Amino acid sequence: MRCQSLLPHARMNSAPRLALRDITKTYPGVIANEDIDLTVLPGEIHAVLGENGAGKSTLMKIIYGLVQPDAGTVLWEGRETRIASPAAARRLGIAMVFQHFALFETLSVAENIALALPDAPAPAALAERIRATAEDYGLPLEPQRPVHELSVGERQRVEIVRCLLQSPRLLILDEPTSVLTPQAVETLFTTLRRLAAEGVSLLYISHKLDEIRALCDRATVLRGGRVSGHCRPAGESADSLARMMIGAELPQTRLSANNVRREPKLVLHNLSRPADGPFGTALHALQLSVHSGEIVGIAGASGNGQSELLQALSGEATLAQADMVQMLGAPVGRLGAAARRARGLGFVPEERLGRGAVPALDLAANTLLTAAGDGLVRRGLILRPTVRRYAREIIKRFRVKCHGSHALARSLSGGNLQKFIVGREIAQNPEVLIVAQPTWGVDVGSAALIRERLIDLRNRGVALLVISEDLDELFSICDRIAVLAGGRLSPLRHTSATDSAEIGRWMAGLFPTETTHVPA
Amino acid sequence: MFRLEARPAPSTLARWLAPLGALLLTLLLAAVLFAQLGQSPLHAFAVFFLRPLDGLYGIGEWLLKATPLMLCGLGLALGFRASVWNIGAEGQLTVGAIAAGGLAIHFDGSDSAWLLPAMAGAGVLGGMLWAAIPALLRTRWQTNEILTTLMLAYVAPLLLAWLVNGPWRDPAGFNFPQSIQFGESALLAPLLAGTRLTVAFPLALGLAVLCWLFLRHAYLGFQMNIAGQAPAAARYAGYSPARTVWVALLVGGGCAGLAGFAEVAGPLGQLLPSVSPGYGFAAIIVAFVGRLHPLGVVLASLLLSLLYLGGESAQMELGLPASITGLFQGALLFALLACDTLVHYRLRRSR
Repeated sequence: MRCQSLLPHARMNSAPRLALRDITKTYPGVIANEDIDLTVLPGEIHAVLGENGAGKSTLMKIIYGLVQPDAGTVLWEGRETRIASPAAARRLGIAMVFQHFALFETLSVAENIALALPDAPAPAALAERIRATAEDYGLPLEPQRPVHELSVGERQRVEIVRCLLQSPRLLILDEPTSVLTPQAVETLFTTLRRLAAEGVSLLYISHKLDEIRALCDRATVLRGGRVSGHCRPAGESADSLARMMIGAELPQTRLSANNVRREPKLVLHNLSRPADGPFGTALHALQLSVHSGEIVGIAGASGNGQSELLQALSGEATLAQADMVQMLGAPVGRLGAAARRARGLGFVPEERLGRGAVPALDLAANTLLTAAGDGLVRRGLILRPTVRRYAREIIKRFRVKCHGSHALARSLSGGNLQKFIVGREIAQNPEVLIVAQPTWGVDVGSAALIRERLIDLRNRGVALLVISEDLDELFSICDRIAVLAGGRLSPLRHTSATDSAEIGRWMAGLFPTETTHVPA
Repeated sequence: MFRLEARPAPSTLARWLAPLGALLLTLLLAAVLFAQLGQSPLHAFAVFFLRPLDGLYGIGEWLLKATPLMLCGLGLALGFRASVWNIGAEGQLTVGAIAAGGLAIHFDGSDSAWLLPAMAGAGVLGGMLWAAIPALLRTRWQTNEILTTLMLAYVAPLLLAWLVNGPWRDPAGFNFPQSIQFGESALLAPLLAGTRLTVAFPLALGLAVLCWLFLRHAYLGFQMNIAGQAPAAARYAGYSPARTVWVALLVGGGCAGLAGFAEVAGPLGQLLPSVSPGYGFAAIIVAFVGRLHPLGVVLASLLLSLLYLGGESAQMELGLPASITGLFQGALLFALLACDTLVHYRLRRSR
């Protein structure tokens, strides 16, 4: 079958494919969506634009049947419809590619796809259909390969092909490019345009303004759970879109020259370690030095050794040889996290709740979590008033919106919690600060503040290492940049001497392996 | 069809009311049970919960039985907070009793004032030693402490049985498997005339206060809490997981060992083939009913102690089987788990 069923409703049908009228959904204490109107025409690529927390995800969950609205109507091809479950949505012809893939690592591509199809054909026939559909849309896939061997881009292809095999009439894509290299983004866009030309409607959720301007026919902009505007993105500038999205100018961060004396503060020397578990990535002889007064960025999609590297740096995992990680000239590879912290290491992990902060404890207790060595404990006893003062200071300096130091960590929004964690690590005056995904899932205002504070720290002579999937962010705050792909580190380039195209190629693992053999 | 839906923020009040709800459910179940057995529930309740507390002696017995439950429960609660699942307080209590009793037997006839404190110390060390085995296995070879502590809880009574049947058997005891009666200087004197209550009870209360202070003010207590609540955060902050395991098991073992000492130097006065009617296991229920909080443990140990006494008086007066105590303990734990589920989730009719 070659997806001829993608065509039937093409543009002769004048009724919108999907129309939402006055959709409202409230959760205890939050209005996620309020009076949302959204119309998607057949064959249209429609953007839903908004910051984190603007209500995009809730709206998509309503369309996909995962959540029921409290009020409002859903019209599917002109008829009022109640989408009771994802299965009901799929029967209507709605498919969704999630931001976080829902794939079983241990199963093959074909097995993963078979699980999602209501009446899966025999394995051999299915493999043939997968291969045919994949080739047809320029998304090469090998049906027999186990998913854990696939790169992130390939995994996304599995998700998309899985949707295409269901012959969708509406395809929802949630932040599909957040994990892709710039080249892979281009390939994806070609596929999406082709689908639209065949009459499939696409709902494209993103906060990346350039992509939306390049791809989408129309856009609905959400802010604070309400529609703040409809527009044709091609006719708007990035600034005007940003104003609609955040109600203000897009904040800019820029690096200025600093004249801090440069000395290596963090050195990785032939850092190797085995993978964490069967689906992890081993690290192969990483070489890197981070100097005082600079921010070094490590780009690359998660799963290329990022978590292994972070654990090796933080001391959550100790290494085979002490000199694999050197801080301020001393080997620290065999030291644990607390000992490295005592020597001046600060670390902001990727997971905020559960790792960077304890969800059920208040901000004072979460201050004590890592800042105990900063005079908050004497003779084994907690100095409670001091802890509270310290927490209040962080809250003030980093403009954390909360009900004071008694607020539970889990009651904070992602952006505010991240400001708190970054603030706590900076308050301890680190010599070396390691930050993973500094602004992932963080609202634009908080993201700008966090970047600003990281740059302040750099200008004061701290050595910073930032690991992020967000290339734009790395280019805006880093002095030098490298890529971690397949557990190997690319050469380090000045950000002014490279561009996102080169970094994108490197993210696919295509970088020169410099033969700088450092004697072990 | 119903389904469980996680509550966004479980209320603290509900968390503390859950044990009361569980108690009510247990009583309801008991009423049905008594009725089925042909007893008037009201009369049975009176026999179960009021008769044992009749008079000073009864109250003394109530607090006396609460003492080992409280001691074991406090130690276990501390470990459970750190997600170290010591299920073997019964074994640690037994080894504590062996160590304390061994000293009493060895120094029989001595009238040193140091004998009792030395026995107490030996009891604590004995319990710690027994708990150190699972701690070592867990920290060196990642052995699951639930299994090892439970297995050792069955080994310790065998060791005791061998001792009272062999080397430590009373030569003048008509071949009964029991040790000599301890001398005056190896026995805790009654605190109040007319009761068997000893200084161990106020000691246990003092330990509860100490535990509360430790959890509230000690950095180590905070670290253990984090290790239990958010292990990834504890690793991130660099708290030593091995230290958490060692402290949790040694404190739990030490407390249980102290309870063993209090039993042999108190109401028992000698080593018998069995020194505990399952206090170490009942203490697991005490810890959970007490919400792993020292004050809660004190109250829960009083409740469980009353269940032991009530079970005895129900056997004598109503002719109910001995298993009634275990049945009530089990029902209480089940009811608590059910109530806790409802604290954290709500029942929704799914459409």
